[in-house]
Amino acid sequence: MQPKELINQLQQKNERAFQRIYEMYSENVLGVIYNILKDETLSEEVLQDVFVKVWNKADTYSEKKGRFFTWILNIARNAAIDKTRSTAFKNSKQNQNADFFVDILEEKSNFSSKVDAIGIKKYIEILEPICKKVIDLLFFKGFTQKEASEELDIPIGTIKTRNRICINKLREALAV
Amino acid sequence: MDIEQYISSGILELYVYGALSEKENAEVYKVLKEHPEIEQEVKEIEKSLMQLSASAAPYNPESVFNRIKEKLSLTDKETDVIPITRKSTNWTTYIGWAASIALLIGLFIQFNKNKALRQQVVQSQVEQQLLKGKINVAEEDLSKVKTLLSVLRDKDVLQIPLQAQKIDPTAYAAVYWDKEKQTTYIDVAGLPTPPPGKVYQVWSLKLDPLTPTSLGVLDKFTEDGTKIFSFTNTNDSEAFGITLEPEGGSESPTLEQLYTLGVVES
Repeated sequence: MQPKELINQLQQKNERAFQRIYEMYSENVLGVIYNILKDETLSEEVLQDVFVKVWNKADTYSEKKGRFFTWILNIARNAAIDKTRSTAFKNSKQNQNADFFVDILEEKSNFSSKVDAIGIKKYIEILEPICKKVIDLLFFKGFTQKEASEELDIPIGTIKTRNRICINKLREALAV
Repeated sequence: MDIEQYISSGILELYVYGALSEKENAEVYKVLKEHPEIEQEVKEIEKSLMQLSASAAPYNPESVFNRIKEKLSLTDKETDVIPITRKSTNWTTYIGWAASIALLIGLFIQFNKNKALRQQVVQSQVEQQLLKGKINVAEEDLSKVKTLLSVLRDKDVLQIPLQAQKIDPTAYAAVYWDKEKQTTYIDVAGLPTPPPGKVYQVWSLKLDPLTPTSLGVLDKFTEDGTKIFSFTNTNDSEAFGITLEPEGGSESPTLEQLYTLGVVES
């Protein structure tokens, strides 16, 4: 999953490598951004900003700091959260029906996606509500354990293991 | 180090989320470099999260890449993304245009062929008319020749050779006289072509006293291929003569211009 060679080429400003990286991660990045902004036009703007940053800052990535996916994920979440402070976001017609990723899955069609969203939705639905919330906050929204424990009103010491159980259930469902 | 316990602590999920501190991050990196099974676990967590996040995207944003390239002023044409939907529209457009052009070319070819065929038909009709005309002429000639033949073979028809006179010793003509039908045929193939403004005139003659009666002028001398002319002759002719006369003929023969003369043997 960690495309080392592509990352090296990207760091040397290879356009083809950049395109491949885009193909690999753009839908994930858009998913994370849209889960925060719930507005397609704004999400697409942020998606562009994220990959402009990926191109310009690629040389600052190092494997020692973490996964490449995590690195992009951080850029995406930060850019999306920045956008929530803009006037454009405050005036935007957010998709009020989508509280978090589960609701997006409800509305998404499978067309042109590289993942089987409808298949995934079926498994997500059987996750306990607490799992859906934990994954939404920690993964999609980038909350810290402390922030999540406060938001969900559960002890900070149990967040990590609770999340582990939830991800295991997800992996079982996805057969990963 | 208890690997099982480390994995089940849930720290690896937070590592992939990016929810750990820098110090924790560095520790996890060190551990997973030492233990491939831990690195494998990280990969699997990441894989499930990639599926989850991709499925949360409202659509696959592949064509947005072109705008990112524009923003970065990247120029490699090879990395241009052609959206699937637009591609298929172009296909139908191209096929549509190709079909129209092919149809136009086809129509044009058919039109030209049609035109050529029409011209051929007209030409054939003209040729057919000409041939009909030729056949008519040939039939006329044939019937004429047949008539002449029957005349020549008829035992009741008198043959009178007309001899050359002083003016042209080579001249020659013959008269075939069908007394019953009162018709005289004159064969003038042996006479020279008359000069312009002159015609041959045929005379029926009574000898005692010499009384000429005009049978007619050979004003179609050059036009008639057989050089055989027929005249109605009700006279009791004793001789036939041919003189050269001014156009239209004369009242009485110009004897200086007598070309041939023959007497009927009784």
